[in-house]
Amino acid sequence: MDAKDILGLPKTPLSVPPEKKSQPKKDSQRKPDGISREVYALTGGLAPLMPSIDSSYLKKRPPSDEKITWQWLPFTNSARKDTLQLYHWVRVVNGVPPTGDYSFAKYNKSIEVTKYTDEEYAKHLTDPSWTKQETDQLFDLCEQFDLRFVIIADRFPSSRTMEELKDRYYSVCRSILLARASSPADVSGHPLVKENYNASQEKERKRALSMVLSQTKQQEKKDAEVLAEAKKIAESRMAAKGVEESVMPATENEFPETTIDHNDTLVSLSNVRLAPVAAPPSTLVIADTSSTLASLRMLPVYLRTYALEQMVQQASSSAGLRTIKRVEQTLQDLGINLKPRVPTKAVCAEHLELRKEILTLLNLQKQLQYKEAEGSSLREGTTYSEMPGTPKRQVRDHDRTFIPDAMSFGGERGGRKDPKRKGPGRVSETPSSPANKRPRKMKASDL
Amino acid sequence: MTNSSSPKRNEQDQPETSGPVLKSLKTKLSKPEDAEKKIVGKKLKDVEISVPIVYGNIAFWLGKKANEYQSHKWTVYVRGATNEDTSGVIKKVVFQLHSSFNNPTRVVESPPFELSEQGWGEFEIAITLHFHSDVCEKPLSLYHQLKLYPEDESTSLSIKKPVVVESYDELVFPEPSESFLARVQNHPAVSVPRLPVGFTLPTPAEDPSERKRVDTKDHPLTQWFTNFSEADELLQLAAARQQVQTHIAKLRRQITVIEGQQQQLKPSSDQ
Repeated sequence: MDAKDILGLPKTPLSVPPEKKSQPKKDSQRKPDGISREVYALTGGLAPLMPSIDSSYLKKRPPSDEKITWQWLPFTNSARKDTLQLYHWVRVVNGVPPTGDYSFAKYNKSIEVTKYTDEEYAKHLTDPSWTKQETDQLFDLCEQFDLRFVIIADRFPSSRTMEELKDRYYSVCRSILLARASSPADVSGHPLVKENYNASQEKERKRALSMVLSQTKQQEKKDAEVLAEAKKIAESRMAAKGVEESVMPATENEFPETTIDHNDTLVSLSNVRLAPVAAPPSTLVIADTSSTLASLRMLPVYLRTYALEQMVQQASSSAGLRTIKRVEQTLQDLGINLKPRVPTKAVCAEHLELRKEILTLLNLQKQLQYKEAEGSSLREGTTYSEMPGTPKRQVRDHDRTFIPDAMSFGGERGGRKDPKRKGPGRVSETPSSPANKRPRKMKASDL
Repeated sequence: MTNSSSPKRNEQDQPETSGPVLKSLKTKLSKPEDAEKKIVGKKLKDVEISVPIVYGNIAFWLGKKANEYQSHKWTVYVRGATNEDTSGVIKKVVFQLHSSFNNPTRVVESPPFELSEQGWGEFEIAITLHFHSDVCEKPLSLYHQLKLYPEDESTSLSIKKPVVVESYDELVFPEPSESFLARVQNHPAVSVPRLPVGFTLPTPAEDPSERKRVDTKDHPLTQWFTNFSEADELLQLAAARQQVQTHIAKLRRQITVIEGQQQQLKPSSDQ
């Protein structure tokens, strides 16, 4: 707030709804009287939602008819087993001291630990791994420490794990309960009877918990990634299952591939596919088409436009968003509506084929760029200065010549095209001689 | 020739003429035609019935009679693309209007499947087509944005010239039931692909001439209907494809050239 004052920047507006006229807003903007500004800023610059003590309560005077004195009196605590008498201040009203037990005695709650007799022990509670002495010790500690097993485990004379102690304690209690019950039905509702303590399960649970808690940040991140990946795969699997009743072997093969590399996303996988050559994924593309067709056939009725949408989506599934935009741009340049105006079967088929061809075209363009860049890096050693510029120039012309061609519908092949035409053509004219010098000379003249 | 009880199982493979248009046809015996089966006959795989339809609205400005709440008289409708009767396919149409209308759910049970109203606002109308039980059990929904005002804001509103917005689409039934197929085999509004030789259908139960035909050609709004012809579109698409293909060929040539050139460069750069 200080810095903003100094800089003269506007104070950030508060999100307090201006219900009570503009009071709350004003209060937080200016320093309220009574408390220092820093203290007020601690509360976040807002007034507290509810007053902690009603100010009117503070101003109230005690009723005048009562005479209040404070006296130092002795008291007894029913929670204590001895007869210790302590003193404290007591509010005496009209000479009558308050009655009743010490007000905090009611908080002295204790757990009822079951007690067994020796006969009961002999009859029900004998256990090979526990002596009577140990069991007695255990129960004493339980009573003493209110079933706080952490302390009990610590205090237990012979070393036993907490799970063992708990196990022994609960099984003893259970056996006693069952033994003392008049009929099994009575106690069947008791939690001990219903769900017995399971030592091994507890051990496992605690181990797992400690593992989770002790994970390092990297492990956490990795786990989160793997889970997200698994979720994505599961979701796409569900979608695929929902779409196609008939199992296409090609599409099924996609998933194992993606599960292998956890670090790559599905998008990166498809991008890897797109980069080199357009041909190899064709089998997969064909498989996907038939799955879309299969899903359409599943519907009792559908609209032709819907079918086209699905097919277009499937065809563009391997392409990124930018490529899709380029396809649409190309369609527009060619004067074709993105959605055909008369979507008959034939028209839709043609439209789809056109889109696919445009995709191929764009892929080839990319490939060409790629190849030319490669070529330029090969020639880099000898013709350093010129080369870095040339591929770019070629590429630019490349893209630009396509669009004017499109506009003219294949009619006039303007002069624009020639520089590019000559480039690769020229290179081919000089097969034997060192390819560096001649092309460079010609390109320079072409400018 | 009527096939009454169990039809023969015909498996014939037709050579594919053009792409996805014609597929190999097989008839599948899905259920016996017993009287106990309520569901109509068997479904035919790979025989696709498509019904071209046009849906949209026509809106007339009311001119002097227009007031704040009712400035236009509009009609939203679904019709067969060639103005033929679609009642054989469509049983009823439900138009869901804006909630500000009384009874916004309007059901039209007989052709012409249209709804006229007066209003001032443009909104999306959900058109749900319900088909006859042997055609399709599930309804299909279309969405149409009601348009009252002309696209070009400068044109003045005229009482005589309405604003017409229509969309063409086709209803595709990928696995039509036999009875449906039989019924619409010769129907002008429906296009059925050529059936293979030897494939016989039971003759339709009802005589086509007896069918009630609302002659939609005499509809008063017919004059405003757009004629959707696929020929223009096909022509455009073919031209575009030609262009693209030429470019593809050219690029492929260039790539091979460069590859060849790079092959040559490699030994030279080693020198």
